[in-house]
Amino acid sequence: MDKFGFTISAGRQIDYDSNNRRLAEYIFEKEPSFRLCIECGGCSATCTTANFTGFSLRELHILIKRGENDQVRQNLNKCMLCGKCTLVCPRGVNTRNIVVLAKNAFQKSDEYEI
Amino acid sequence: MILEGKKAIWNDYQKEIADDKYYYVRSCVRQNFFPGSETAFLKIMREELKKEVYEHPCHTSCTGIGYHSDIVPVETTMTVVARQFAIMTEAGYENLVPSCITSFGLYTEILDTWHHFPEVEKKIRLQLKKATGREFKKPKNLAHASDVIYKFRKEIAAKAKYKLINKKTGEPLKVVDHIGCHYAKMFPSKGVGGAEYPYVLAGMIEEWGGKIIDYPERRHCCGFGFRQYLVQANRGFSIACSKEKFESMEPFKPDMIITNCPGCPMFLDRWQYVINEMEGKRYGQNGEGIPVFTYEEVAGLVLGYDPWELGLQMHQTDCEPVLDKIGVDYSPEDKYNLEIIPSFSEKHNLINV
Repeated sequence: MDKFGFTISAGRQIDYDSNNRRLAEYIFEKEPSFRLCIECGGCSATCTTANFTGFSLRELHILIKRGENDQVRQNLNKCMLCGKCTLVCPRGVNTRNIVVLAKNAFQKSDEYEI
Repeated sequence: MILEGKKAIWNDYQKEIADDKYYYVRSCVRQNFFPGSETAFLKIMREELKKEVYEHPCHTSCTGIGYHSDIVPVETTMTVVARQFAIMTEAGYENLVPSCITSFGLYTEILDTWHHFPEVEKKIRLQLKKATGREFKKPKNLAHASDVIYKFRKEIAAKAKYKLINKKTGEPLKVVDHIGCHYAKMFPSKGVGGAEYPYVLAGMIEEWGGKIIDYPERRHCCGFGFRQYLVQANRGFSIACSKEKFESMEPFKPDMIITNCPGCPMFLDRWQYVINEMEGKRYGQNGEGIPVFTYEEVAGLVLGYDPWELGLQMHQTDCEPVLDKIGVDYSPEDKYNLEIIPSFSEKHNLINV
């Protein structure tokens, strides 16, 4: 950096071969309705937290499916679990449960249970 | 004959390239990056292929870099380009051959704009008349210099002293071709093979004995891209693009890279040095870099020109591994010997000799 005045920017490519999809598979198994999500963004539109923190449940779903788990972990605790997203979902996805399951999975993963 | 399927599609992406009487316009930046390339082009065209190539001392920058960096307004750029056309018209030529990919892209874009918006052309003609008193005819044929070399690739192959073949193993050299983005990505029908399957460099390599490598990031930009390079703090994005390409091509063990743009050889060459300085990583074989060439340099090597007269000593990634593989006769101790005056560059650096 001192020598050149810049560093090499990290790539933004999504590499499904190297990303860890275990979290997504865990949630698919426990909450099959997750597969029905069409990423319309109704959940994010109604989210109270989104107004204050920039949290987006739609984005969270995409990150989980891609296996970008570090970003999921960073954003997960912003959810207040109010469940309004579940009420507006046109596909009947139990969105609240997805957040609960993701938290659950991270806890188990930290404790080496899964 | 009725062409069908792939043949019909391929036919859509062939372009007309003039036969003779070229009006050659140099690039602003190539003279500094790889000074031997344009001189080699002139020597090949005039002495090997016996073609008429004219260049004018009053030709200026096309302002493409300024235009793509949002510094020069489009009408100013168009008027400057109109002046280049006017100089060409005054010299009595109709076949424009730019050395630079960005100039080629810009000329194509401007001619297309004028085609769709004749009122803009009228306005530019008026502006040029008011500013310089000049009038112009639009070029009859517009081809990049690499198109011209592509057209005469077989003639060059017939005169070749060397082939792109590993002398020791007899295997063809594995070559990565990198096409400048402004060649065909903006106007696919204006490039040989279009944007998806550009054949301009691949055709040369196959004709001269090499083998083209098809790797995942083959169509990726080299990272020049003007804006991400001009500001120092943004150069991380530029180098990330080149790194992406190197990592993608590395498993295929390429012997060399061939390019047809002023910026691409510069960045693919220099960034290899920077990546090595920052991360200690080299992408070539035996701990070396991957040598990067312009198409004129490769044509010159094939024709048996001296590597140091072609200016290969200006490359930051050493070219010697490829020279050794081909079996080029060169003297390593003369690499930086400034007392050796290149026999052809002196002559061809004079305009229109």
